[in-house]
Amino acid sequence: MTHAPEHAPRMAQAALRDRLAPLIPFALVPLLVVAGLIAIPSTSSWLTLTVSGLAMGMMIFIMASGMTLVFGLMDVINFGHGVFISVGAFIGITVLLMLGHMTQAPSLLLNLTAMLVAVIAAMLATGALGWAFERVIVKPVYGAHLKQILVTMGGLIVVEQLIIVLWGPEEIFLTRPEALKGAVTFWGAAVEKYRLVAVGLGLVLFLAMRHVLRHTKVGLIVRAGVENGEMVEALGYRLRLVFVGVFIAGSALAGLGGVLWGLYQEVITAHMGQQIMVLIFIVVIIGGLGSVEGCFIGALLVGLMQNYVAFLEPKLALISNIGLMVAILMWRPQGMIPVVKAK
Amino acid sequence: MSDPILTLAGVHTNIAQYHILQGVDLVVPRAQVTMLLGRNGVGKTTTLRTVMGHWRASGGTITLDGMDITQLPTSAIARMGVGYVPENMGIFSDLTVEENMVLAACRGKPDPARLDWLFTVFPPLKTFWRGQAGTLSGGQKQMLSIARAMIEERRLYLIDEPTKGLAPAIIATMARALRELKDQGSSLLLVEQNFAVARALGDAAVVMDDGRVIWAGEMAELARDAGLQERLMGLNVQAEG
Repeated sequence: MTHAPEHAPRMAQAALRDRLAPLIPFALVPLLVVAGLIAIPSTSSWLTLTVSGLAMGMMIFIMASGMTLVFGLMDVINFGHGVFISVGAFIGITVLLMLGHMTQAPSLLLNLTAMLVAVIAAMLATGALGWAFERVIVKPVYGAHLKQILVTMGGLIVVEQLIIVLWGPEEIFLTRPEALKGAVTFWGAAVEKYRLVAVGLGLVLFLAMRHVLRHTKVGLIVRAGVENGEMVEALGYRLRLVFVGVFIAGSALAGLGGVLWGLYQEVITAHMGQQIMVLIFIVVIIGGLGSVEGCFIGALLVGLMQNYVAFLEPKLALISNIGLMVAILMWRPQGMIPVVKAK
Repeated sequence: MSDPILTLAGVHTNIAQYHILQGVDLVVPRAQVTMLLGRNGVGKTTTLRTVMGHWRASGGTITLDGMDITQLPTSAIARMGVGYVPENMGIFSDLTVEENMVLAACRGKPDPARLDWLFTVFPPLKTFWRGQAGTLSGGQKQMLSIARAMIEERRLYLIDEPTKGLAPAIIATMARALRELKDQGSSLLLVEQNFAVARALGDAAVVMDDGRVIWAGEMAELARDAGLQERLMGLNVQAEG
């Protein structure tokens, strides 16, 4: 056997096309915004629609991010994810209604405090519900996709009925806190304050999530677990515990998304989570199952597409996102930012 | 033979309808390199995966330093000081080389002195420290997978085909690294198809066929006896080099 020569490895420069390919998904949102600017005749309408689309996209991202990680980590298809959105909305809005004296006061501080209390209550409740949901419903059906679909759908129906028992079958209409009502004007375009808050909050949450995933050991375990859970366990980590933690965090985020979505729509129903699941599935699939960044880009694309098309051609609004999904899957069948699975 | 660090007694493993391991009896001596040999498909990889708990043994017992680990979860076995390098290397392609190494140090941060030693053993790891692991060459990935197992001191290493598909120069680097591990007092169980490598590294050898151990003894004894090799593994040693 010979001694190894000294290594002098050099990184070969990849072709420009190969280097640009991973960046293309990140360019899609700006491209869609520019396309909207060209297609929409009025700049003020375009600005209003863009902020609205971004706000919608951010809220969908908050609701969908937990689901994509749950799928990526343990191959669990949770059709019951929508219940966390509904429960979060009902808990949060109930708290806001109880704090009516704070939400209706003309004080930004009081309004935001009330919202914070509502959001914390919703996240705690949905986090706890997520823990119970994982223990009772998801755990017995690991590795069995068909059973997961059936049993999580069953769980969704049961919890929705419980909401109806507790809050009644009627829709609950609500008004936003005083400080978040109305609009601000930019270059002649009226932009709702609440939408700006939703954009800001979504962006902060995305950056926080990205920071945790990229710069903490827990984040490393999650990212590695999405790619090859078996190897993560062979390194000494209890992936099941990590998964339960991610499931709880994902449920809590869905609860937060539910509060935001309820305030965005100004009405909540027991079925609201189920209804928005269609958009969430589209986002998770086009983003690439298990990819948080893909989920973020997908959510923004869906939000913008829905708003632009609804303005330009209202009849096409319902199918615009299905068309978006078809186009992206024809281009990248594994989604925009596919996660390499080594299982 | 020195006292065993790992013992498999009558281990059976079933995967779906297949009965892969059919009563494996195997002893890995402490502070030695044991080569697990045999033709393709005889159960070598399944043996390592069963020891690691990736596939649950359906019968028999596996003991590590006298403790029964047959039913322990994979993470608990790893935390007992078992380093595992799978056949497909198990590299996290989306993570950087640095992140792969940090993750592998499950007791805390990587020890800087040990890291420096690993850089001397596997220089490309330092060169590509911040590069994405998925962009490494096959040999570099194999270095990373073994370095990852070595980032913390382990009492036993299970390594599945460390030289598979590698150039001779890289194989020599691997062999040197594995020898250093042995010199530090670690025990190794290596699955190896390259008989020349097995002969150069191994202290003991175990040959499997059809889900069972059919021969166990000193590597030197097996290396000397061409007839035995041909009978056990169908090897033509001259052709193997």
